[in-house]
Amino acid sequence: MEIKDKIISLLPDAVITEGQYLTATIPSDKLHESVKRLRYDEETWFDYLMSLTGYDDGANLGVVYYLSSSRFPQNVLVVKTFTSEREDAQLFSISDIYETANLNEREVFGLMGIRFINHPDMRKLFLRNEWVGFPLRKDYNADPAINPINIESNPESDVLTKLTFTHEGVVESEEKIFEDDEYVVNIGPQHPATHGVLHFRVSLNGEIVKKIDLNCGYIHRGIEKLAESMTYPQILHMTDRLDYLSAHINRHALCMCIENALQLEVPPRAQYIRTMMDELTRVASHLLGWACMCMDMGALTAFIYGMRDREIILDMFEETCGGRLITNYNVIGGVMADLHPNFLQRVRDFIPYMRKMLKEYHQVFTGNVIARERMLGIGLLSKEEAISYGVTGPSGRASGFRCDVRKVAPYAAYDKVKFNEVVREEGDTYARYVIRLDEIVESLNILEQLIETIPDGEIAAKTKAIIRLPEGDFYSRVEAARGEFGVYISSKGDKTPYRVKFRSPSMTLVGVVDKLTRGEKIADLIAIGGSLDYVVPDIDR
Amino acid sequence: MEVKNIYIKGIKHEEFNDNEYLENMVQELRAGGVDIMTGALDDLINWGRSNSVWPLTFATSCCGIEFMSVGAARHDFARFGFEVTRSSPRQADVIIVAGTIVHKMAPILKRLYDQMAEPKYIIAMGSCAISGGPFCNSYHVVNDINEVVPVDVYIPGCPPRPEALLYGMMQLQRKIKLENFLRKAKEKK
Repeated sequence: MEIKDKIISLLPDAVITEGQYLTATIPSDKLHESVKRLRYDEETWFDYLMSLTGYDDGANLGVVYYLSSSRFPQNVLVVKTFTSEREDAQLFSISDIYETANLNEREVFGLMGIRFINHPDMRKLFLRNEWVGFPLRKDYNADPAINPINIESNPESDVLTKLTFTHEGVVESEEKIFEDDEYVVNIGPQHPATHGVLHFRVSLNGEIVKKIDLNCGYIHRGIEKLAESMTYPQILHMTDRLDYLSAHINRHALCMCIENALQLEVPPRAQYIRTMMDELTRVASHLLGWACMCMDMGALTAFIYGMRDREIILDMFEETCGGRLITNYNVIGGVMADLHPNFLQRVRDFIPYMRKMLKEYHQVFTGNVIARERMLGIGLLSKEEAISYGVTGPSGRASGFRCDVRKVAPYAAYDKVKFNEVVREEGDTYARYVIRLDEIVESLNILEQLIETIPDGEIAAKTKAIIRLPEGDFYSRVEAARGEFGVYISSKGDKTPYRVKFRSPSMTLVGVVDKLTRGEKIADLIAIGGSLDYVVPDIDR
Repeated sequence: MEVKNIYIKGIKHEEFNDNEYLENMVQELRAGGVDIMTGALDDLINWGRSNSVWPLTFATSCCGIEFMSVGAARHDFARFGFEVTRSSPRQADVIIVAGTIVHKMAPILKRLYDQMAEPKYIIAMGSCAISGGPFCNSYHVVNDINEVVPVDVYIPGCPPRPEALLYGMMQLQRKIKLENFLRKAKEKK
C-alpha cells in the first residue's frame, strides 16, 4: 500500500499503528512540522481536518486529529499527540495550517484544559473564563457548589491571552480584541436572526463590518461528558437533540459507529428505511432552512410555505416513529419499528407535490430582484478556504468542495441509488441558497428509487442485552443536512464509552462567519448567517 | 366571580386539568375580600389582556422549532390571540422558555425578564426548562428555571407537541383572567 509507505516516510518520528484507520502517534514537539508535511506533500495532501478531539487517558492529556484530503477523499489518517504535564498542559497549535482548528482548539482548552502555543486567541470557547476546572478531564470535580448558577450579568472580557513560542521559550501575552475607538455592536445572544442563542460582537466602520468576535456556549449542555456515564443505547437519545433538524441522520451516525465496532450486520430493509428517513429529514431540514433564511430577509410568505410543506414530512415521521421532531427511531442494529402501512403511499404522493411546490418557491423568492441583489456576489468563500475551514455540506459544495459523504464513503443504501452530488463554483450567498433547493430535488430522486425497491425482511439485527464495545477508537461519519457529522468513540471495553466526541457541521459553519462578513454590510450578516444555516445546539453540544 | 365563568373558546371548563388549583386560588383571594364593581371591570380588562398575549421570540433549542411550528400555518396561535412574536422584550408579555437554560444563559434570561414591562409571564416549555430533562446530570445545565425566573405554566414533553403548547398557553389565559383578584387582595392586606 503506497500511501501508507509514503506516510511512514514522511513521519520518521511517529509510531504507526493499524486500527480502523492508520494511526500515527507523534511526539508533541514534532507535531506541527509533521502535520505541515502531510498537508503540503503532493502525494498525501491532507488538506481537510475532519475532527479535532481532546482526550484524557488518566495520565496524559492529548489530542486526536482526523485528517482527510480533498483530492483523495477516501484516505483518512489519524494523528495523535499527547503531553504528560497536567497542571499547565501545552501543545502546539495547528491553526495556521487548518483554519478550522481555531475554534476546535479553543473548545479543547475550555473543556480539557490544554493550551495551544501560537494559537491567535486562547480563550475558552463554551464556558465562561471564571469556570473552575475542566469538565472533560477524568478528575473533574462536578460539585455544583464550585460553579454555582450565577444570575448577575457580568460583561464579556475585551482581552485575549495567547501563548507564543520564541527562542526564550513560551511567552504569555495579552491583547485587546477591539481597539478603544472601535464601534462595536452586539448581536445576540437574544436575537431572532442568529437562529438561536449565539453572540456576535460586530465591529463596524459605518455600515461595513470590520471584524466579528464570536461568542458561543449559551446552549452548551455538556453532552459529551454526560455520554461518558451512559450505556450505548442511552447515548442514542442525545444525538437527536444535537442538531434537532437532522435528528435521524445524527442518530444514524452513532448507530453506525457502534455497529462498525461490534461488526454487526444491519439487515437490508433497515438500511433502506434508514436511508429513506435520512432523506426525508434532509428535505425537511432544507425546507426549514430555506423558510428561515427567506424570513430573515423579509419574505414571511416563504416561511409559511416552507413550514406548511415540512408538516407533511413530520406527519410521516409521526405515523412511523411516534415523534414529530425528536423521533428516537434508529436503534443499534436497525430501527425500532417497521414502517407504517401508509408510509410508502404517503412518500409516493409527496414526491410530485414537492416538485410542484419547488417551482413555486423559485417563482416566489429566487427570481425576486431584491433577493437576488442581496445574495449574488455576497459573502464569497473560495474552495481552498472552504476546505481549510472545514465547511462541508451544502455550504461547502456551493464553493466547489466535493465533500458529500454519501458519495465519498457510501453508507446504508446510498451505493444502491443513483443521484448527483450538487456542486456549484460561485461560493456566494446565492449559491448556498439555491444549492439547498437543488438538493431537495436530488433527495426526492433518491426517495423515488428507494420506495420502489425496498426489500422485505428483518428490521433490526439481534443485539446482546448489554452492549460492550471492543477496546479501541472508532469513527464514523454521515452526511447530515448541514454537512459532515462524525462520531468518535474511544472505548476501553466497558458498557459505557471512555470518550465520545461529536464532530458537528455547524461548528465549522459558524467559524467561517467572520471570514465571510468582513468588508460586507451589516445587513448582509443576516443573509450570510441564513445561507450557512447553522443550528446553535449543534455548535455548543 | 365563579371560576367556572372563565371562558376559553372551544374548551369547556371541565375539560381542563387543574381546576382545583384555580379554585383554591380564588378561595384564598375571597378571604381577603374583593370589590364586585372592580371585579366586573377586571373581567373586561382581563378579557382584552388574555386575548392578546404576545410572546418574545426566544428559543434556545429543539422546543424552539415546535414553537415556530405553532406560529406557522397549520397550528397558527394567532387564532388564540398570541398574535405575533416580538423580538424585543419591551414589547412582549410572555417569555416561552423553549429549550435548555445553561449556566451561561441564566443571567441573560434573567435580564430579558427584567427588561419586560409588567404584567409579565413565563411559560416553561419542555422537560429541559422544567427539570433539565435528559441533561439534568450535566455540569452546565440549570435544572429548574424557577431558580432564575418565576414560572407560571409548565408544559411537559420533549419537545411538547404543538397542541400541548396551545393548551399551555390557554392555561396561561385562564390564569390571566383571574389575576386582578390577586392584586386587590394584596392591597386589602
